[in-house]
This record gives sequence, C-alpha cells and structure tokens, in this order.
Amino acid sequence: MTLHNKDNNRRNFLKSSVATVATGLIGGSLINSFVSCKQETSKVKVLTPDGKLVEVDSTHISHEHSMPVSNAEARKGIAGKKFVMVIDLAKCDGCGECTKACQKMHFTPPDREWIKVFTMQDGAELAPYYFPKPCFQCDNPPCTKVCPVNATFKRQDGIVLIDNERCIGCRFCMVACPYSTRFFNWDRPVESAEEKSIPYSPEQSFPRKVGTVEKCDFCPHVMREGKLPACVVGCPMGAIYMGDENEDAVTNSAGVTVQLSKLLEDNAAYRYLEELGTKPRVYYLPPKNRKYPIPDMNNEKEGEKKNQNHKSMNM
Amino acid sequence: MENKNIIITSNNNVTSIENDFLKPIGKYSPFNRLWIGFLLIIAAWGVAIYIRQIYFGLGTTAMRNYVSWGLYISTFVFFIGISHSGTLVSAILRITNKEWRRPITRSAELLTWVSLLFGGIMPVIDMGRPDRVFNLVIFGRLQSPLLWDIICIGTYFVGSSLFLYLPMIPDIALCRDRLSANASQFRKWIYRKFSLGWKDTPNNWKRLEKAMHIMTIIIIPIAVSVHTVVGYIFAMTLRPGWNSTVFGPYFVAGALYSGSAAVVLIMAAFRKMYHLEKYITKKQFNYMGQIVLALTLIYAYFNLNEYAVPAYKMASTEGFLLQDLFSGSYSVVFWTLQFGTVLLPAIILAFPKGRTPVMASIVCVVIVIGAWVKRYIIVIPTLLHPYLPIQNVPISWTQYFPNWVEWSITFGALAGIFLVITLFAKIFPIVSIWEVKEGREIEEKYKQVDNAIRNEKENVQVAIS
Repeated sequence: MTLHNKDNNRRNFLKSSVATVATGLIGGSLINSFVSCKQETSKVKVLTPDGKLVEVDSTHISHEHSMPVSNAEARKGIAGKKFVMVIDLAKCDGCGECTKACQKMHFTPPDREWIKVFTMQDGAELAPYYFPKPCFQCDNPPCTKVCPVNATFKRQDGIVLIDNERCIGCRFCMVACPYSTRFFNWDRPVESAEEKSIPYSPEQSFPRKVGTVEKCDFCPHVMREGKLPACVVGCPMGAIYMGDENEDAVTNSAGVTVQLSKLLEDNAAYRYLEELGTKPRVYYLPPKNRKYPIPDMNNEKEGEKKNQNHKSMNM
Repeated sequence: MENKNIIITSNNNVTSIENDFLKPIGKYSPFNRLWIGFLLIIAAWGVAIYIRQIYFGLGTTAMRNYVSWGLYISTFVFFIGISHSGTLVSAILRITNKEWRRPITRSAELLTWVSLLFGGIMPVIDMGRPDRVFNLVIFGRLQSPLLWDIICIGTYFVGSSLFLYLPMIPDIALCRDRLSANASQFRKWIYRKFSLGWKDTPNNWKRLEKAMHIMTIIIIPIAVSVHTVVGYIFAMTLRPGWNSTVFGPYFVAGALYSGSAAVVLIMAAFRKMYHLEKYITKKQFNYMGQIVLALTLIYAYFNLNEYAVPAYKMASTEGFLLQDLFSGSYSVVFWTLQFGTVLLPAIILAFPKGRTPVMASIVCVVIVIGAWVKRYIIVIPTLLHPYLPIQNVPISWTQYFPNWVEWSITFGALAGIFLVITLFAKIFPIVSIWEVKEGREIEEKYKQVDNAIRNEKENVQVAIS
C-alpha cells in the first residue's frame, strides 16, 4: 500500500515537473495574441506566453472572428501543424460548458452539439463516465472518402472541413460517419446580424446555408491566430487539451502545456472505436481516480425513454 | 429478309396481328381519360410539394440528423431494382432464344426505362441543394460510390433507351405507314422522325439485327453493375447492417426478384386493358412465374446470408440492430417480409395453380410491395443504430416515419411512372409487332417442316408396305 502510494507520488511529481518544463519550453508557441483593436469593454481570460491565465480588457485582444482566409487557403490548412486533441475523462464532470462555448463561437442552434457530452456505461457492471465527443478529424476519414464533390476534405494540418458553398446536401458523409458527428441544415438558418456580417469561410463554417452539412472543425480560424478552440478554453476542469503533434505538446484551459507523447503514455490513452480503423486525431484518457461524483445512469432515464433501444453501445 | 416474305406469304394472319396491336393506339376511352387525369393530378401535386420542399428545405420532411436518409433513398433503391426487369426478360430470353418472350419484351423494356428514369430522379429529390447538382460534373470525385452510381445508372439509362428503341423502329415505321392518316400532327411527327426512314429492306433488317445482338449482350453486365453499385453506397460505410461484403450481389438478387415480379404485373395489366389474351397467354404467366420463383429462392438465400451469419455471432452494435429487427420495434415488419413476401410467394409459385394469370399477378403484387418495404427496412433501422448512444436529442430525431411531404413526392414519382407507361402505350405499340409476326412465321415454318416429315414418313411407310 505504502509502496503503491510512493510510486504514485513519484509519478505525480514527475508528471507535474514535465508539465512545468514543457510549459516553459513550448507554451509560447500556441499562445501569442496581444493585438489591440477597438471593441466594447469586458474582461477576457487569456493565456500569457509563460503559461499564466490572466484577465485582460477585451479591447486589448483581437476579435474572435477576424477576416477569414480564402477558400484555397482553407483547403490547404496551416502549414507545419498536425492538430491533435486529448480529452481526459478523469477530469470531465459532464458540466457541458464545452458545448456551450462551442455553440456560442459558431452561432450554433441549440439542437446541434458539435461537441456533445455523452453519459456512457460500457457494461452493466462497469462504472459510468462522461464522454465529450467532438469531431475526431480522422486520419482515415470515412466521410471525405464518400463525398462526391470534394466538399468535405482532409487538410495537411489534420483537420477535416466542409465547404458549404460546394456541398450538394446528399448527406452521404453523415451516414458514413460512425460517430454521428455531422449535422444537416434541414431548414433555412436563422442568422444573427453578427453572423451574417462575417464573410464565409470553410474554416469557421458560418454563415450556414440551408441544405448543407456542418460539424465540429477544431476552430481553425482561431487556431490560425494561435488561440485555443472554444471547447478547450471553455472547459472549467481543464479536461480538454489541444495541441500540435509535430511539437509534441498539448495545452488545456488552465494553461498547462504538457508533452503529448508522455501524456498519452502515462495515462494509457486510447481512441474511440480504434477497431474501425478511422485513425481519430482525438485521444481519450481513461476515467480513473475521479474527484467528482460518478454519473448516475438513472439520470439518463429521460434519454432512454425517448428511445428505448439505445443504451450505451458497448453494453 | 425472312420478314419480307412473311408479309407477302401469310398476309391475312399478319394483318390481324397488326390490327390487334395498333387498335388501342391514339384512342382514349373515358376510363383512359379518367386514369390519365388521376395520374396527372397526383404527379402535379407531387411536383408542387417538391417545389415547396426546395423553398423551405428538407426540414419539411420527417428526416432528421440520425435518420438522414429516408423514404426517398429507399424508393430510389426500389425503382432501380424494378428496372432490372427489362434486361432479365428481354436480354436473357433473347440470348437463349425463348419463343414465348416475344409478346412481353417491349413492355418489360419500357418498365426498365421508366423506372430507371424516375429512380434516377429520386436522389436529386433527396438532395439538400438540387441547385448544385452540376457540382457532380464540375467537382465529381471518382472515389465516391455516388459517382459510381451516376456512371452506372447513366450508362444503363442510355443502354436501355437504345435497347427499348432499336426493336421499336420497324414498329414505328408501321405506325407511320398505317396510322398517319388520322393521327395528330404531333404523333405524325414522332412516327416520321423516330422511324429513321425505315424502309423494310434486307439491309435495314441486317443492321437492326446486328445492333440488337450487340445491345443484348452488353446490357446484361451493365444491369448487374447498376444494382451492385447501388448496394455499394451502403456497403462502403462502416455502419452496422450495411458493412457487409454480400451487399452487391444481395442487391442484384433483390432487384431481379422485384423486377421480374413487376414484369408479371405490367404483362397482366396490358393483357387486361388491351385485350391481348390471344398473345399473352397462360404460357407466359406460367414461365414467368417459374422465373420469379427461382429468383425468389435466390433472394431468400441471400437473405439467409445477410441476416443469419451475423445473427449467429451477435457482435456488439450489429447485434443491437439484429435484435431490433428480429424481436424489437421492426420485428413485425421484418418477419412479415421474410415469410409473407419471400417464402409464401415461393410456395405458391411452386404449384402450377399458383402460376395462373390471376394467382401469379396477386403473388407478384405482394412481392413488389414487399420489395419496397424491404428497402425501407434496409435503410432506416441501420441509421437508428449508430455506435454512440442517441442521448438528449429532440424526440423527432430518435424515430422516423415518412411524413405527408415525402409520401406526396414519392407517390408523385410513382404516378409519373404509370403516366409515362400509359401514354407510351397510346403512342406506340406495347407489343413488338414484328417480333410476334416473326414468331408466328417460325411457328408456321416448324409446322410445315413437321408436316413435310410426317408426309415423308407416310410415303416411306407406304413405299415399304
């Protein structure tokens, strides 16, 4: 028992020291935005190059949605990057703030959750856990394969995007995606004035168009500016990490930047439905040693009532 | 060549055949008018609702994010399946030189052509952005199964148009020569243009036969490819229930099963409406019934492969889907289809009494409807069984049944099929006149030869005795 604790302590110490070192070395590469611009005044949390979270006046930072890149540029992707996301299920308490932050940034109607928090239970005897699911930006994407017009495509930085000015609305990609990640604009979109005022780019997926498909896009329009995606910033638990595989570093909302390979190795990371061979770019850390109440599957009764045949897939 | 002689030698017989088939052309009985009016109303309603759907978006249908393909795509698969009939009856029976095919080839080929036309329209109706349909040409990706479908269905459409049209040329020329006197300007124009200056010369016949021969052979692999790639649309995904290596041939088998049954129905319809009992006889129903029986058994065999093999293993998500089909919310429909529209028809068709015109028609109605519902059962339950659980979504996302918009448009398309068939048969002969005449001639030749042999035998016997 003592031996186990000792080991654990050492590992924790190692982990935190690695994290600190990594923060100092690489933290600056992702966070580098201090551009002044006239906006309404409000306080915004930002990360400083040395990894500290500070509150500054919003007039001191550039607007979230600056001029989008051209279609050709959006199809190429950000040179030299290989974006990757890590979601620590041990930290996720299912609050759903990631979804809210995402919906705010992308002006998404409430019924569409680009990142959705599922309550999973892999078997009747197994512990339930929360499971936030964005688009996995697969390296072997079943969706882009079937697209007849190259409206959805894989970029060099690993992101899968949709060009809603080319999409013909056949919805083949929706049925091909094994993760129910894609959403369709069934009706004419109701757009806010702000949304309409921004020119369209596949990198931000709005203004939306009726009869086209949309999905989580890893917020490339803000990552281009070196900022983190909405869900990562919005997670109060720091459960979602975003980073670059080439730099071997990922950062969460607490500003902790860690070595990606070490994080995956130490926590026995896995990818959802690895056996399908889609090679997702989203890794999960197993939900062990949780510090918050474990989800009660009974709370999901409502969801079950809505559809009796669907419990967790693995059950 | 041969046919020139027929007209000269057995003039009486030939004129009566021609009269029988030319009689209904251009004449609209009150019932015909009522029927055409009825179809026009349904088709026009469908078009109106489609325009409404374009304006408001596909949100006017019952489809939502989980079930994002519904009745339109099921119907697309069904119509394309029906289109296999023409090839089967016409091409295969032509190649094998079955005499009894002669009075039914034209209607079978017509059915292929029309159902292909409307089958091809269904995915466009299902598109969120039909205004961007030309993106398929501009940006088309050959890696997408959808492009395979466009290529195969397009090729099949051109091929079956030729296959329908080529043997029509002599008949159109006949209409030109015999019906132009009291035909409308429009029909006169059609007969003149589409008979391509056919002159009934040996050279004409030689060319026609050559072209027919080539088409008969190449249309068969094209037809097989069409339904294979329709199956591939589903089989190329990772979805439980679709992720199957048997889907290509399974869809071909299903297409032949429903298509051949549809041939029996169009045969029965024209036999009754156009009083063709003299030509489309019990023989045709008996033989077609046997073909439908064989294809039903093949289809049953593919069903066994498609369901029993994964059911033995009941692997995770696939197992949930199968449970839902076998004993869950789709079980009643599923078992009704398997027993009521596959096994029962096979049992009935196995008996000669089950292959009389009336019985065969009833059985084939059941088969055709069953095939349609089966398409629905292939498409929808899979979409309701994703890998991730369906949680906290609007209730409309968790279930699917087509709403009035989808029914209106789908029945509009169905009415379109009936309308084209009805109008076609009022402009052109629905039976290939020259082929029936040729058949009569061959029959007579056989009789002559038989008689000659008998006479010879008698002579020999007389000589011996």
